Amino acid sequence: MDNSKRYERLLERYNNGDLDRRSFLGLIGAAGLAYGVATPFAKQALAATEQVRFDGWGGVVSEAFRKYAFDPYTKKTGIKVVDGTFGSGDEYISRIKASQPGEYNIAHLSGVFDYARYNNLGLTSVLNEKNIPNLQFVIPKLTDVFRKVTDGTLSCVPYDYGTTGIAYNRKHISDEEAKKKGAKLLIDKELKGKLGAWGDWRTRIWYASLQTDQDPNNATDMDAVWNAIRTNRDLLLKYWSSGAELMSLLAEEEIYATEAWSGRVYALQEQGHDIGYLDPLNGFGWQECLFVIKDSPMEACEELLNFMLAPATSIAVAEGQNYPPALDPKKVDLGKKIPKLPAFDPTGTLDGLTFANPTYWNGHEQEWSKEFGRIQKGY
Amino acid sequence: MTIETREARQPWILLSPSLVAITLLLVIPLLFIVVYSFWLRTATGADQAGFFLDNWNEALTDAFYRDILLYTLKIAAITTVACALLGYPAAYFIARSKGNKALLLLLLMLPFWISYIIRTMSWINILGVSGAINSILISLGIISEPIQMLYNQVTIVLGLVHFLLPFMILNIYVSLEGIDVTLEDAACSLGATRWQSFLEVTLPLSIAGLAAGGLLCFVLAAGTYITPVILGGPSDAMFANLVFEAIITQLDWPLGSALSLMLLAVLGALVLVYNHFLGMGQLMKGLGK
Repeated sequence: MDNSKRYERLLERYNNGDLDRRSFLGLIGAAGLAYGVATPFAKQALAATEQVRFDGWGGVVSEAFRKYAFDPYTKKTGIKVVDGTFGSGDEYISRIKASQPGEYNIAHLSGVFDYARYNNLGLTSVLNEKNIPNLQFVIPKLTDVFRKVTDGTLSCVPYDYGTTGIAYNRKHISDEEAKKKGAKLLIDKELKGKLGAWGDWRTRIWYASLQTDQDPNNATDMDAVWNAIRTNRDLLLKYWSSGAELMSLLAEEEIYATEAWSGRVYALQEQGHDIGYLDPLNGFGWQECLFVIKDSPMEACEELLNFMLAPATSIAVAEGQNYPPALDPKKVDLGKKIPKLPAFDPTGTLDGLTFANPTYWNGHEQEWSKEFGRIQKGY
Repeated sequence: MTIETREARQPWILLSPSLVAITLLLVIPLLFIVVYSFWLRTATGADQAGFFLDNWNEALTDAFYRDILLYTLKIAAITTVACALLGYPAAYFIARSKGNKALLLLLLMLPFWISYIIRTMSWINILGVSGAINSILISLGIISEPIQMLYNQVTIVLGLVHFLLPFMILNIYVSLEGIDVTLEDAACSLGATRWQSFLEVTLPLSIAGLAAGGLLCFVLAAGTYITPVILGGPSDAMFANLVFEAIITQLDWPLGSALSLMLLAVLGALVLVYNHFLGMGQLMKGLGK
């Protein structure tokens, strides 16, 4: 309801005798005051619709987005793209929670469980897919998992995928040994003090499930899982907390094995480090998406998503961050580098990857994240 | 308006920008945190407003939080003692040096020009498996395999001392600068040795600076977050890391608020203890006022 309508209704109630003169004048005065206070900010809010804010992981990804998507988009639409970064998805969700509606618009988020978390917090929007024609190039399996969470609609477009597999230093661990031991390589007592691990509760529980021969999306013996996490902890040199730290630990040979993100390992291999990478059976597959937050200017965001999903942009970003794009290789020629990336699926079916079941993981989030926090600290 | 009234108002007028800033940026956010600590986090991650004592009950009765708090205080205490032992001779040397004092003070301030995170990470290049120390020892043939020196309690203390030592030195230096050097000469002329004159005259007179530096180092060390993340081992977490985890990883702002207030209360109690024994006036003296 706009302000004019409100005043008309007030006047109608006053004329009908539902409001006395004093209350009527008081309400009109209050409305005037509110208008006077709000107008300067309303102007800013209006101006804000002339720009879209995007938040991502920074670095080469941002550069590729700027070159292939943001600048052409601004040139075409006149809408400016404000480019921000975040250190982790957890940090970003805290920022969103503390923000004003519409302050943040599009984010490069990871995992379907993050999508479900945003949905649980009432932060999802509904995309008009007709405004995103490039969505037709995306692997259908990747969009389907999001649709299941939001009753058939989409609040995001899938963008890339990868795996959290096992990285190992070939000077100390052979390919055969890594393959033979699989996830259990990370609880091998002979590697005490030479193992690393990501301090993320989901990854730890996923790998502990594999180490105890359980389904990572349906572990039934959690005591065994916690014990496997303790065993891993006692063998670790360090829990790493960022991709840069992971690469440093492996490159400096501080650690010989850890679970690792496929793109980061590829980057190390490109730099000439003799690091092997293995996706064990039921290894951790994940996807990233471009998520539109509730109260964003939808049409402007949808148009930007279309630019970002354009094959040239997607391929440039994928080559920069070393994760395969969400584009279906049966529909789009992905060039020479992408087919060589770890986790790449030439069939476009992604049948070989196991993704996290968001219902299972988010249903236990509160309890398990807390329990892992304690075990991580020696309990 | 009389002159007396105007003079009485003047300090408040001058203080008002600071008071407004403190109210808006410290007191009001702190009140929000107090209110938050009585809310609850629901299973979906949303907060449930109300007055619940669950977070306080958990924070105050769970041995996990108590143990990490004690560990944090232990690390802060060790760091403070190390800073005092290393900082006093350095501050004494600067205070008593002639001619190159400005240069020495500039050198002391130099680390502040580099990001704290970068300074902390520099230890990885020094103590790492392929860092400077291991490389030198291996090239000299003293060791054949690199020694694992990083990622333990010692490196956390090392990182904290590296960060906090300038604060300690500056506080002691300011205090030593305020001491009349002829007092030491007078003590010597009355038969005291140099060491006795230091112990009986200089040290007691500079204790305010030492205490001010100690308080500052302890409080900053106890609230540290980044040093254990970069230089700590798998189980080396300090209390601020728990607050981070509760608020960021678990999205449990109510529990995180209760934990942060708990740390604030402990450090506040420490300041009260300091005030009881030394008085805040000593802190001002230590800061050269």
